[in-house]
Amino acid sequence: MKIAIASGKGGTGKTTLSTNLASFLAESHKVVLTDLDVEEPNSALFLKTELFFQEDKFKMIPQWIEDKCTLCGICQKSCNYHAVIQIMDSIMVFPELCHSCYACSELCPEDALPMIPKKMGELKHMKTDQFDFVESRLIIGEEQAVPLIKQTLKYIDANFNSDFIKLYDSPPGTSCPVIEATKDADFVILITEPTPFGLNDVILAIETMQELKKDFGVVINRYGIGNDDIIDYCNEKQIPILAKIPNSREVATLYSKGELLYKKLPEVKRELEHIANFILTKKAAAI
Amino acid sequence: MKEIVVISGKGGTGKTSITASLAVLGGKDVVVADCDVDAADMHILLQPKNLKSEDFYSGELAVIDQDICTQCGQCFDVCRFDAIEVTDGIHKVDDLSCEGCGYCARVCPVEAITNIPLNVGKWHISKTRFNQSMVHAKLGIGADNSGKLVAQVKNAAKEIATQNKSKYILVDGSPGVGCPVVSSLSGAHFVVLVTEPTVSGLHDLKRVYELVNKFHIPAGCIINKADLNVAIVDEIIDFLKEENIVHLANLPYDEDFTRAMTDCKTIVELEGSVLIERMTNIWSDIKQIIK
Repeated sequence: MKIAIASGKGGTGKTTLSTNLASFLAESHKVVLTDLDVEEPNSALFLKTELFFQEDKFKMIPQWIEDKCTLCGICQKSCNYHAVIQIMDSIMVFPELCHSCYACSELCPEDALPMIPKKMGELKHMKTDQFDFVESRLIIGEEQAVPLIKQTLKYIDANFNSDFIKLYDSPPGTSCPVIEATKDADFVILITEPTPFGLNDVILAIETMQELKKDFGVVINRYGIGNDDIIDYCNEKQIPILAKIPNSREVATLYSKGELLYKKLPEVKRELEHIANFILTKKAAAI
Repeated sequence: MKEIVVISGKGGTGKTSITASLAVLGGKDVVVADCDVDAADMHILLQPKNLKSEDFYSGELAVIDQDICTQCGQCFDVCRFDAIEVTDGIHKVDDLSCEGCGYCARVCPVEAITNIPLNVGKWHISKTRFNQSMVHAKLGIGADNSGKLVAQVKNAAKEIATQNKSKYILVDGSPGVGCPVVSSLSGAHFVVLVTEPTVSGLHDLKRVYELVNKFHIPAGCIINKADLNVAIVDEIIDFLKEENIVHLANLPYDEDFTRAMTDCKTIVELEGSVLIERMTNIWSDIKQIIK
Protein backbone atom coordinates (compact mmCIF):
# COMPACT_ATOMS: atom_id res chain seq x y z
CA MET A 1 0.00 0.00 0.00
CA LYS A 2 1.44 3.33 -1.10
CA ILE A 3 0.20 6.50 0.58
CA ALA A 4 1.32 9.96 -0.48
CA ILE A 5 0.96 12.95 1.84
CA ALA A 6 0.60 16.15 -0.17
CA SER A 7 -0.88 19.62 0.32
CA GLY A 8 -0.83 22.29 -2.37
CA LYS A 9 0.17 25.00 0.11
CA GLY A 10 3.50 24.67 1.88
CA GLY A 11 3.80 24.61 5.66
CA THR A 12 0.44 22.99 6.36
CA GLY A 13 1.86 19.95 8.16
CA LYS A 14 2.92 17.38 5.54
CA THR A 15 6.12 16.48 7.34
CA THR A 16 4.46 16.56 10.76
CA LEU A 17 1.80 14.14 9.59
CA SER A 18 4.25 11.93 7.67
CA THR A 19 6.66 11.46 10.57
CA ASN A 20 3.98 11.02 13.24
CA LEU A 21 1.89 8.67 11.11
CA ALA A 22 4.93 6.58 10.14
CA SER A 23 5.93 6.20 13.76
CA PHE A 24 2.38 5.44 14.86
CA LEU A 25 1.73 2.85 12.13
CA ALA A 26 5.11 1.24 12.78
CA GLU A 27 3.92 0.20 16.23
CA SER A 28 1.88 -2.51 14.51
CA HIS A 29 2.99 -2.69 10.84
CA LYS A 30 6.04 -2.73 8.61
CA VAL A 31 6.54 0.84 7.43
CA VAL A 32 8.90 2.74 5.16
CA LEU A 33 8.71 6.54 5.06
CA THR A 34 10.23 8.36 2.07
CA ASP A 35 10.89 12.09 1.95
CA LEU A 36 10.22 13.07 -1.68
CA ASP A 37 10.44 16.81 -1.03
CA VAL A 38 13.94 16.64 -2.50
CA GLU A 39 14.27 20.44 -2.68
CA GLU A 40 13.76 20.89 1.07
CA PRO A 41 13.71 17.48 2.78
CA ASN A 42 12.74 17.89 6.46
CA SER A 43 11.46 14.56 7.76
CA ALA A 44 14.87 13.45 9.03
CA LEU A 45 14.93 16.43 11.40
CA PHE A 46 12.08 14.84 13.34
CA LEU A 47 13.46 11.30 13.51
CA LYS A 48 16.29 9.60 15.35
CA THR A 49 18.00 7.69 12.57
CA GLU A 50 21.05 5.61 11.86
CA LEU A 51 22.52 5.58 8.38
CA PHE A 52 22.12 2.22 6.65
CA PHE A 53 23.06 2.98 3.04
CA GLN A 54 23.98 6.02 0.99
CA GLU A 55 24.52 6.62 -2.71
CA ASP A 56 24.96 9.51 -5.13
CA LYS A 57 22.27 9.94 -7.76
CA PHE A 58 23.11 11.03 -11.26
CA LYS A 59 21.37 12.41 -14.26
CA MET A 60 22.74 11.73 -17.72
CA ILE A 61 23.89 14.62 -19.86
CA PRO A 62 25.70 14.74 -23.22
CA GLN A 63 29.39 15.53 -23.39
CA TRP A 64 30.84 17.00 -26.57
CA ILE A 65 33.82 15.27 -28.12
CA GLU A 66 35.39 17.83 -30.38
CA ASP A 67 37.60 15.40 -32.32
CA LYS A 68 34.64 13.38 -33.53
CA CYS A 69 32.28 16.29 -34.30
CA THR A 70 31.69 17.39 -37.88
CA LEU A 71 29.47 20.32 -36.85
CA CYS A 72 26.54 18.93 -38.85
CA GLY A 73 24.06 20.66 -36.51
CA ILE A 74 21.73 17.69 -35.96
CA CYS A 75 22.19 17.79 -32.16
CA GLN A 76 21.08 21.40 -31.89
CA LYS A 77 18.05 20.74 -34.09
CA SER A 78 17.08 17.68 -32.08
CA CYS A 79 17.10 19.40 -28.68
CA ASN A 80 13.72 20.88 -27.76
CA TYR A 81 15.12 22.40 -24.57
CA HIS A 82 17.90 24.49 -26.16
CA ALA A 83 20.35 22.59 -23.97
CA VAL A 84 22.69 21.87 -26.89
CA ILE A 85 23.73 24.86 -28.92
CA GLN A 86 26.26 25.35 -31.66
CA ILE A 87 28.26 28.53 -31.26
CA MET A 88 30.75 29.19 -34.06
CA ASP A 89 32.72 25.95 -34.35
CA SER A 90 31.96 24.47 -30.98
CA ILE A 91 28.99 22.75 -29.29
CA MET A 92 27.89 24.04 -25.89
CA VAL A 93 25.91 21.85 -23.49
CA PHE A 94 23.78 23.48 -20.76
CA PRO A 95 23.28 20.70 -18.19
CA GLU A 96 20.59 22.53 -16.17
CA LEU A 97 18.35 22.72 -19.27
CA CYS A 98 18.91 19.08 -20.28
CA HIS A 99 16.08 16.60 -19.64
CA SER A 100 18.23 13.52 -20.44
CA CYS A 101 16.10 12.50 -23.44
CA TYR A 102 19.19 11.16 -25.28
CA ALA A 103 17.99 12.54 -28.65
CA CYS A 104 21.13 14.60 -29.39
CA SER A 105 23.39 11.77 -28.31
CA GLU A 106 21.70 8.96 -30.21
CA LEU A 107 20.90 10.98 -33.34
CA CYS A 108 24.48 12.20 -33.68
CA PRO A 109 25.88 10.35 -36.71
CA GLU A 110 29.45 10.59 -35.38
CA ASP A 111 28.94 9.50 -31.76
CA ALA A 112 30.33 12.85 -30.74
CA LEU A 113 27.90 13.39 -27.84
CA PRO A 114 28.10 10.39 -25.51
CA MET A 115 25.95 10.61 -22.36
CA ILE A 116 27.87 10.91 -19.10
CA PRO A 117 26.59 10.94 -15.52
CA LYS A 118 26.33 14.23 -13.60
CA LYS A 119 25.61 14.16 -9.88
CA MET A 120 22.23 15.73 -9.05
CA GLY A 121 21.70 14.58 -5.48
CA GLU A 122 22.14 12.03 -2.73
CA LEU A 123 19.93 9.23 -1.51
CA LYS A 124 20.15 8.08 2.11
CA HIS A 125 18.51 4.99 3.51
CA MET A 126 18.25 5.24 7.28
CA LYS A 127 16.68 3.20 10.05
CA THR A 128 14.82 4.37 13.11
CA ASP A 129 14.02 2.02 16.01
CA GLN A 130 10.72 1.19 14.36
CA PHE A 131 10.83 1.76 10.62
CA ASP A 132 12.89 2.41 7.51
CA PHE A 133 13.36 5.93 6.25
CA VAL A 134 14.66 7.07 2.85
CA GLU A 135 15.38 10.61 1.74
CA SER A 136 16.93 12.22 -1.30
CA ARG A 137 18.24 15.75 -1.48
CA LEU A 138 18.83 17.78 -4.58
CA ILE A 139 22.18 19.58 -4.95
CA ILE A 140 21.64 23.34 -4.67
CA GLY A 141 21.59 24.84 -8.15
CA GLU A 142 20.04 21.75 -9.75
CA GLU A 143 16.64 22.88 -10.97
CA GLN A 144 14.85 19.66 -11.81
CA ALA A 145 13.41 17.68 -8.92
CA VAL A 146 11.53 15.12 -11.03
CA PRO A 147 14.46 12.89 -12.11
CA LEU A 148 15.63 12.55 -8.50
CA ILE A 149 12.10 11.75 -7.28
CA LYS A 150 11.82 9.09 -10.01
CA GLN A 151 15.07 7.42 -8.98
CA THR A 152 14.09 7.51 -5.32
CA LEU A 153 10.80 5.76 -6.06
CA LYS A 154 12.72 3.12 -8.01
CA TYR A 155 14.90 2.50 -4.97
CA ILE A 156 11.81 2.01 -2.79
CA ASP A 157 10.23 -0.41 -5.26
CA ALA A 158 13.43 -2.43 -5.50
CA ASN A 159 14.02 -2.67 -1.75
CA PHE A 160 10.60 -2.92 -0.11
CA ASN A 161 7.93 -5.46 -0.98
CA SER A 162 4.19 -5.09 -0.71
CA ASP A 163 4.17 -6.15 2.97
CA PHE A 164 5.27 -2.61 3.74
CA ILE A 165 3.04 0.41 4.17
CA LYS A 166 4.90 2.97 2.07
CA LEU A 167 4.44 6.60 3.07
CA TYR A 168 5.60 9.41 0.76
CA ASP A 169 6.17 12.89 2.17
CA SER A 170 5.55 14.90 -1.03
CA PRO A 171 6.69 18.35 -2.18
CA PRO A 172 4.31 21.34 -1.95
CA GLY A 173 2.52 22.78 -4.99
CA THR A 174 0.65 21.18 -7.86
CA SER A 175 3.26 21.03 -10.63
CA CYS A 176 5.50 18.28 -11.99
CA PRO A 177 7.32 17.28 -8.73
CA VAL A 178 3.99 16.66 -6.97
CA ILE A 179 2.64 14.66 -9.90
CA GLU A 180 5.75 12.48 -9.86
CA ALA A 181 5.48 11.93 -6.10
CA THR A 182 1.78 11.04 -6.12
CA LYS A 183 1.04 9.39 -9.46
CA ASP A 184 1.99 5.93 -8.24
CA ALA A 185 0.16 6.15 -4.87
CA ASP A 186 -2.87 4.04 -3.97
CA PHE A 187 -4.18 6.80 -1.74
CA VAL A 188 -3.33 10.46 -1.26
CA ILE A 189 -3.80 12.36 1.99
CA LEU A 190 -4.13 16.11 1.38
CA ILE A 191 -3.34 18.10 4.49
CA THR A 192 -4.46 21.70 4.77
CA GLU A 193 -5.30 24.42 7.26
CA PRO A 194 -8.74 26.04 7.64
CA THR A 195 -7.74 29.45 6.24
CA PRO A 196 -8.46 31.13 2.88
CA PHE A 197 -4.90 30.28 1.69
CA GLY A 198 -5.32 26.70 2.84
CA LEU A 199 -8.69 26.40 1.11
CA ASN A 200 -7.51 27.98 -2.16
CA ASP A 201 -4.47 25.70 -2.36
CA VAL A 202 -6.19 22.48 -1.28
CA ILE A 203 -8.80 23.02 -4.00
CA LEU A 204 -5.93 23.16 -6.53
CA ALA A 205 -4.53 19.97 -5.03
CA ILE A 206 -7.96 18.30 -5.08
CA GLU A 207 -8.39 19.20 -8.76
CA THR A 208 -4.95 17.76 -9.46
CA MET A 209 -5.82 14.49 -7.71
CA GLN A 210 -9.12 14.29 -9.59
CA GLU A 211 -7.25 14.81 -12.86
CA LEU A 212 -4.91 11.97 -11.87
CA LYS A 213 -7.98 9.87 -10.92
CA LYS A 214 -6.59 9.33 -7.43
CA ASP A 215 -8.40 8.12 -4.37
CA PHE A 216 -7.85 10.82 -1.73
CA GLY A 217 -9.03 12.32 1.54
CA VAL A 218 -8.40 15.53 3.48
CA VAL A 219 -6.81 16.11 6.89
CA ILE A 220 -7.40 19.50 8.49
CA ASN A 221 -4.44 20.74 10.51
CA ARG A 222 -4.47 23.66 12.96
CA TYR A 223 -8.18 23.03 13.35
CA GLY A 224 -9.78 25.85 15.34
CA ILE A 225 -8.13 28.78 13.55
CA GLY A 226 -9.67 30.45 10.51
CA ASN A 227 -13.15 29.31 9.53
CA ASP A 228 -15.20 26.26 8.50
CA ASP A 229 -15.17 26.86 4.73
CA ILE A 230 -12.97 23.83 4.10
CA ILE A 231 -15.40 21.56 5.98
CA ASP A 232 -18.36 22.93 3.99
CA TYR A 233 -16.41 22.47 0.75
CA CYS A 234 -15.50 18.84 1.53
CA ASN A 235 -19.05 18.02 2.62
CA GLU A 236 -20.51 19.53 -0.51
CA LYS A 237 -18.07 17.65 -2.77
CA GLN A 238 -18.37 14.46 -0.70
CA ILE A 239 -14.66 14.36 0.03
CA PRO A 240 -13.84 12.41 3.19
CA ILE A 241 -12.29 14.39 6.06
CA LEU A 242 -10.01 11.87 7.76
CA ALA A 243 -9.01 13.90 10.79
CA LYS A 244 -8.89 17.33 12.40
CA ILE A 245 -5.64 18.01 14.21
CA PRO A 246 -6.29 20.77 16.76
CA ASN A 247 -4.42 24.07 16.69
CA SER A 248 -2.37 24.83 19.76
CA ARG A 249 0.72 26.70 20.66
CA GLU A 250 2.00 23.52 22.29
CA VAL A 251 1.89 21.75 18.93
CA ALA A 252 3.86 24.60 17.35
CA THR A 253 6.44 24.56 20.15
CA LEU A 254 6.97 20.78 20.04
CA TYR A 255 7.28 21.02 16.26
CA SER A 256 9.85 23.82 16.52
CA LYS A 257 12.08 21.49 18.58
CA GLY A 258 11.75 18.62 16.14
CA GLU A 259 9.70 16.40 18.45
CA LEU A 260 6.98 13.93 17.48
CA LEU A 261 3.61 15.15 18.68
CA TYR A 262 1.45 12.13 19.31
CA LYS A 263 3.59 10.69 22.08
CA LYS A 264 2.94 13.79 24.19
CA LEU A 265 -0.45 14.99 23.00
CA PRO A 266 -3.32 12.48 23.29
CA GLU A 267 -5.56 14.73 21.16
CA VAL A 268 -3.11 14.31 18.26
CA LYS A 269 -2.81 10.57 18.86
CA ARG A 270 -6.60 10.24 18.64
CA GLU A 271 -6.62 11.91 15.21
CA LEU A 272 -3.78 9.66 14.01
CA GLU A 273 -5.88 6.67 15.04
CA HIS A 274 -8.69 7.93 12.78
CA ILE A 275 -6.28 8.19 9.84
CA ALA A 276 -4.64 4.83 10.57
CA ASN A 277 -8.02 3.09 10.79
CA PHE A 278 -9.07 4.60 7.50
CA ILE A 279 -5.86 3.47 5.79
CA LEU A 280 -5.91 -0.02 7.27
CA THR A 281 -9.54 -0.52 6.23
CA LYS A 282 -8.54 0.48 2.67
CA LYS A 283 -5.58 -1.89 2.81
CA ALA A 284 -7.75 -4.79 3.99
CA ALA A 285 -10.30 -4.05 1.25
CA ALA A 286 -7.55 -4.06 -1.39
CA ILE A 287 -6.47 -7.58 -0.37
CA MET B 1 13.68 50.31 -10.58
CA LYS B 2 14.61 47.71 -7.95
CA GLU B 3 13.40 44.18 -7.75
CA ILE B 4 12.76 42.70 -4.30
CA VAL B 5 12.11 38.96 -4.08
CA VAL B 6 10.57 37.35 -1.00
CA ILE B 7 11.32 33.64 -0.49
CA SER B 8 11.55 31.21 2.39
CA GLY B 9 12.69 27.72 1.38
CA LYS B 10 10.10 26.22 3.71
CA GLY B 11 6.42 26.87 3.03
CA GLY B 12 4.02 28.33 5.56
CA THR B 13 6.43 30.74 7.22
CA GLY B 14 4.28 33.80 6.43
CA LYS B 15 5.90 34.77 3.15
CA THR B 16 2.75 35.82 1.32
CA SER B 17 1.20 37.66 4.30
CA ILE B 18 4.44 39.63 4.68
CA THR B 19 4.82 40.34 0.95
CA ALA B 20 1.23 41.57 0.70
CA SER B 21 1.81 43.89 3.67
CA LEU B 22 4.95 45.32 2.07
CA ALA B 23 2.89 45.85 -1.10
CA VAL B 24 0.28 47.82 0.84
CA LEU B 25 2.99 49.94 2.50
CA GLY B 26 4.71 50.54 -0.85
CA GLY B 27 1.46 51.69 -2.44
CA LYS B 28 1.80 53.04 -5.96
CA ASP B 29 5.60 52.83 -5.87
CA VAL B 30 5.21 49.09 -6.18
CA VAL B 31 4.30 46.63 -8.94
CA VAL B 32 3.35 43.30 -7.38
CA ALA B 33 4.36 40.00 -9.00
CA ASP B 34 3.02 36.76 -7.53
CA CYS B 35 5.55 34.20 -8.73
CA ASP B 36 4.28 31.34 -6.58
CA VAL B 37 2.49 30.15 -9.71
CA ASP B 38 1.93 26.65 -8.29
CA ALA B 39 -0.19 27.83 -5.42
CA ALA B 40 -0.74 31.56 -5.81
CA ASP B 41 -2.44 33.14 -2.80
CA MET B 42 -1.64 36.85 -2.95
CA HIS B 43 -4.87 37.61 -4.83
CA ILE B 44 -6.82 36.53 -1.73
CA LEU B 45 -5.40 39.45 0.24
CA LEU B 46 -5.05 42.08 -2.49
CA GLN B 47 -8.28 41.18 -4.35
CA PRO B 48 -7.17 42.44 -7.72
CA LYS B 49 -9.51 43.50 -10.49
CA ASN B 50 -8.52 41.70 -13.64
CA LEU B 51 -7.59 43.88 -16.64
CA LYS B 52 -6.06 41.39 -19.01
CA SER B 53 -5.49 37.63 -19.15
CA GLU B 54 -3.40 35.57 -21.52
CA ASP B 55 -2.87 31.89 -22.10
CA PHE B 56 0.65 30.68 -21.54
CA TYR B 57 2.14 28.15 -23.90
CA SER B 58 5.36 26.40 -23.11
CA GLY B 59 6.79 23.07 -24.10
CA GLU B 60 5.19 20.47 -26.31
CA LEU B 61 3.24 17.25 -26.12
CA ALA B 62 3.59 14.33 -28.52
CA VAL B 63 0.41 13.11 -30.22
CA ILE B 64 0.21 9.93 -32.29
CA ASP B 65 -2.11 9.90 -35.30
CA GLN B 66 -3.59 6.39 -35.19
CA ASP B 67 -4.61 6.58 -38.88
CA ILE B 68 -0.96 6.81 -39.90
CA CYS B 69 0.74 4.82 -37.11
CA THR B 70 1.95 1.33 -38.06
CA GLN B 71 2.52 0.37 -34.40
CA CYS B 72 6.19 -0.32 -35.16
CA GLY B 73 7.26 0.61 -31.64
CA GLN B 74 10.27 2.80 -32.46
CA CYS B 75 8.79 5.64 -30.39
CA PHE B 76 8.50 3.27 -27.43
CA ASP B 77 12.13 2.24 -27.82
CA VAL B 78 13.57 5.77 -27.71
CA CYS B 79 11.35 7.35 -25.04
CA ARG B 80 13.26 7.82 -21.78
CA PHE B 81 10.20 9.03 -19.86
CA ASP B 82 8.05 5.88 -20.15
CA ALA B 83 5.52 8.12 -21.88
CA ILE B 84 4.56 5.70 -24.66
CA GLU B 85 1.96 3.26 -23.42
CA VAL B 86 1.17 0.11 -25.33
CA THR B 87 -2.25 -1.44 -24.80
CA ASP B 88 -3.38 -4.30 -27.03
CA GLY B 89 -0.63 -3.38 -29.48
CA ILE B 90 -1.78 0.24 -29.78
CA HIS B 91 0.81 2.92 -28.99
CA LYS B 92 -0.44 5.95 -27.09
CA VAL B 93 1.18 8.93 -25.35
CA ASP B 94 0.74 9.31 -21.59
CA ASP B 95 0.22 13.08 -21.38
CA LEU B 96 1.47 13.39 -17.82
CA SER B 97 4.72 11.54 -18.46
CA CYS B 98 5.57 13.14 -21.82
CA GLU B 99 8.23 15.83 -21.40
CA GLY B 100 7.93 17.07 -24.97
CA CYS B 101 11.47 16.22 -26.04
CA GLY B 102 10.24 15.36 -29.53
CA TYR B 103 12.59 12.38 -29.92
CA CYS B 104 9.71 10.00 -30.79
CA ALA B 105 8.53 12.27 -33.63
CA ARG B 106 12.07 12.44 -35.03
CA VAL B 107 12.44 8.66 -35.26
CA CYS B 108 8.92 7.80 -36.39
CA PRO B 109 9.39 6.31 -39.91
CA VAL B 110 5.90 7.28 -41.10
CA GLU B 111 5.66 10.73 -39.48
CA ALA B 112 2.65 9.74 -37.40
CA ILE B 113 3.74 11.82 -34.41
CA THR B 114 3.33 15.57 -34.12
CA ASN B 115 4.26 17.85 -31.25
CA ILE B 116 1.57 20.25 -30.19
CA PRO B 117 2.32 23.36 -28.14
CA LEU B 118 1.14 22.99 -24.59
CA ASN B 119 -1.12 25.44 -22.79
CA VAL B 120 0.33 25.29 -19.27
CA GLY B 121 -1.57 28.07 -17.60
CA LYS B 122 -2.83 31.61 -17.65
CA TRP B 123 -1.28 34.86 -16.54
CA HIS B 124 -3.06 38.05 -15.60
CA ILE B 125 -2.47 41.77 -15.32
CA SER B 126 -4.68 43.29 -12.64
CA LYS B 127 -5.14 46.27 -10.33
CA THR B 128 -5.11 45.54 -6.60
CA ARG B 129 -7.65 47.14 -4.28
CA PHE B 130 -4.86 49.61 -3.47
CA ASN B 131 -4.85 50.59 -7.11
CA GLN B 132 -1.39 49.24 -7.87
CA SER B 133 -0.51 46.97 -10.79
CA MET B 134 -0.22 43.28 -10.10
CA VAL B 135 0.87 40.42 -12.33
CA HIS B 136 -0.11 36.90 -11.31
CA ALA B 137 -0.62 33.51 -12.87
CA LYS B 138 -2.16 30.12 -12.49
CA LEU B 139 -0.27 27.08 -13.63
CA GLY B 140 -2.36 24.38 -15.26
CA ILE B 141 -2.88 21.17 -13.33
CA GLY B 142 0.23 19.05 -13.25
CA ALA B 143 1.99 21.33 -15.68
CA ASP B 144 5.71 21.43 -16.26
CA ASN B 145 7.65 24.61 -16.96
CA SER B 146 6.61 26.61 -13.92
CA GLY B 147 10.01 28.32 -14.14
CA LYS B 148 9.10 29.72 -17.55
CA LEU B 149 5.74 30.99 -16.31
CA VAL B 150 7.57 32.71 -13.44
CA ALA B 151 9.85 34.38 -16.00
CA GLN B 152 6.79 35.52 -17.96
CA VAL B 153 5.17 37.04 -14.85
CA LYS B 154 8.39 38.82 -13.93
CA ASN B 155 8.95 40.17 -17.43
CA ALA B 156 5.42 41.53 -17.60
CA ALA B 157 5.87 43.16 -14.17
CA LYS B 158 9.13 44.72 -15.35
CA GLU B 159 7.49 46.16 -18.46
CA ILE B 160 4.71 47.70 -16.40
CA ALA B 161 7.16 49.08 -13.86
CA THR B 162 9.20 50.67 -16.65
CA GLN B 163 6.14 52.24 -18.26
CA ASN B 164 4.75 53.53 -14.96
CA LYS B 165 8.20 54.54 -13.71
CA SER B 166 7.51 52.49 -10.57
CA LYS B 167 10.33 52.34 -8.03
CA TYR B 168 9.94 48.72 -6.95
CA ILE B 169 8.87 45.31 -8.14
CA LEU B 170 7.84 43.14 -5.24
CA VAL B 171 7.99 39.43 -6.01
CA ASP B 172 6.37 36.67 -3.95
CA GLY B 173 8.39 33.53 -4.69
CA SER B 174 7.57 29.87 -4.25
CA PRO B 175 8.85 27.41 -1.65
CA GLY B 176 11.77 25.09 -2.39
CA VAL B 177 15.04 25.62 -4.28
CA GLY B 178 14.09 24.30 -7.73
CA CYS B 179 13.31 25.85 -11.10
CA PRO B 180 10.55 28.35 -10.12
CA VAL B 181 12.74 29.72 -7.31
CA VAL B 182 15.82 29.97 -9.54
CA SER B 183 13.66 31.76 -12.08
CA SER B 184 12.28 34.25 -9.55
CA LEU B 185 15.79 35.09 -8.30
CA SER B 186 17.23 36.00 -11.69
CA GLY B 187 17.70 39.75 -11.94
CA ALA B 188 16.75 40.45 -8.31
CA HIS B 189 18.37 43.34 -6.44
CA PHE B 190 17.46 42.24 -2.93
CA VAL B 191 16.11 39.07 -1.37
CA VAL B 192 13.92 38.98 1.73
CA LEU B 193 14.15 35.62 3.46
CA VAL B 194 11.19 34.83 5.69
CA THR B 195 11.90 32.09 8.20
CA GLU B 196 10.60 30.66 11.47
CA PRO B 197 12.55 29.34 14.47
CA THR B 198 11.83 25.65 13.94
CA VAL B 199 14.32 22.93 13.07
CA SER B 200 12.89 22.78 9.57
CA GLY B 201 12.69 26.58 9.16
CA LEU B 202 16.41 26.93 9.87
CA HIS B 203 17.36 23.93 7.74
CA ASP B 204 15.45 25.26 4.73
CA LEU B 205 16.72 28.82 5.23
CA LYS B 206 20.29 27.56 4.96
CA ARG B 207 19.58 25.66 1.76
CA VAL B 208 17.74 28.47 0.04
CA TYR B 209 20.41 30.96 1.07
CA GLU B 210 23.04 28.74 -0.55
CA LEU B 211 21.09 29.30 -3.76
CA VAL B 212 20.77 33.08 -3.21
CA ASN B 213 24.50 33.21 -2.59
CA LYS B 214 25.22 31.61 -5.97
CA PHE B 215 23.47 34.60 -7.55
CA HIS B 216 25.43 37.06 -5.36
CA ILE B 217 22.25 38.89 -4.34
CA PRO B 218 22.28 40.82 -1.04
CA ALA B 219 19.69 39.52 1.43
CA GLY B 220 17.78 40.39 4.59
CA CYS B 221 15.90 38.07 6.90
CA ILE B 222 12.64 38.31 8.85
CA ILE B 223 12.25 35.79 11.65
CA ASN B 224 8.53 35.17 11.98
CA LYS B 225 6.93 33.48 15.03
CA ALA B 226 10.13 34.46 16.88
CA ASP B 227 8.89 33.71 20.40
CA LEU B 228 8.17 30.08 19.51
CA ASN B 229 11.71 28.90 20.19
CA VAL B 230 14.28 31.35 21.54
CA ALA B 231 17.20 28.92 21.21
CA ILE B 232 16.67 28.49 17.46
CA VAL B 233 16.24 32.27 17.03
CA ASP B 234 19.78 32.59 18.44
CA GLU B 235 21.01 29.97 15.98
CA ILE B 236 19.37 31.82 13.09
CA ILE B 237 20.90 35.13 14.18
CA ASP B 238 24.35 33.50 14.35
CA PHE B 239 23.84 32.17 10.84
CA LEU B 240 22.78 35.62 9.58
CA LYS B 241 25.91 37.20 11.07
CA GLU B 242 28.17 34.56 9.53
CA GLU B 243 26.69 35.08 6.10
CA ASN B 244 26.36 38.87 6.27
CA ILE B 245 22.60 38.75 5.93
CA VAL B 246 20.77 41.78 7.33
CA HIS B 247 18.55 40.82 10.25
CA LEU B 248 15.49 42.90 9.34
CA ALA B 249 13.20 42.06 12.24
CA ASN B 250 11.60 39.50 14.51
CA LEU B 251 7.83 39.14 14.39
CA PRO B 252 5.90 37.45 17.22
CA TYR B 253 3.94 34.20 16.98
CA ASP B 254 0.66 36.00 16.57
CA GLU B 255 -2.69 34.62 15.52
CA ASP B 256 -3.39 38.09 14.11
CA PHE B 257 -1.70 36.67 11.00
CA THR B 258 -4.44 34.08 10.62
CA ARG B 259 -7.17 36.47 11.73
CA ALA B 260 -6.17 38.99 9.06
CA MET B 261 -5.99 36.27 6.41
CA THR B 262 -9.41 34.92 7.38
CA ASP B 263 -10.80 38.43 6.83
CA CYS B 264 -8.90 38.56 3.50
CA LYS B 265 -6.85 41.48 4.80
CA THR B 266 -3.14 42.15 5.14
CA ILE B 267 -1.64 42.30 8.62
CA VAL B 268 -1.01 46.05 8.32
CA GLU B 269 -4.76 46.60 8.04
CA LEU B 270 -5.52 45.11 11.46
CA GLU B 271 -6.33 48.06 13.67
CA GLY B 272 -4.29 48.25 16.83
CA SER B 273 -1.97 45.38 15.87
CA VAL B 274 1.67 45.64 16.98
CA LEU B 275 2.53 44.21 13.60
CA ILE B 276 1.77 47.48 11.79
CA GLU B 277 4.72 49.35 13.26
CA ARG B 278 7.06 46.41 12.78
CA MET B 279 6.10 46.02 9.13
CA THR B 280 6.41 49.76 8.52
CA ASN B 281 9.94 49.71 9.92
CA ILE B 282 10.86 46.68 7.82
CA TRP B 283 9.68 48.41 4.64
CA SER B 284 11.61 51.60 5.34
CA ASP B 285 14.72 49.57 6.23
CA ILE B 286 14.52 47.66 2.96
CA LYS B 287 14.13 50.91 0.99
CA GLN B 288 17.16 52.33 2.81
CA ILE B 289 19.29 49.25 2.08
CA ILE B 290 18.60 49.08 -1.64
CA LYS B 291 18.83 52.81 -2.26
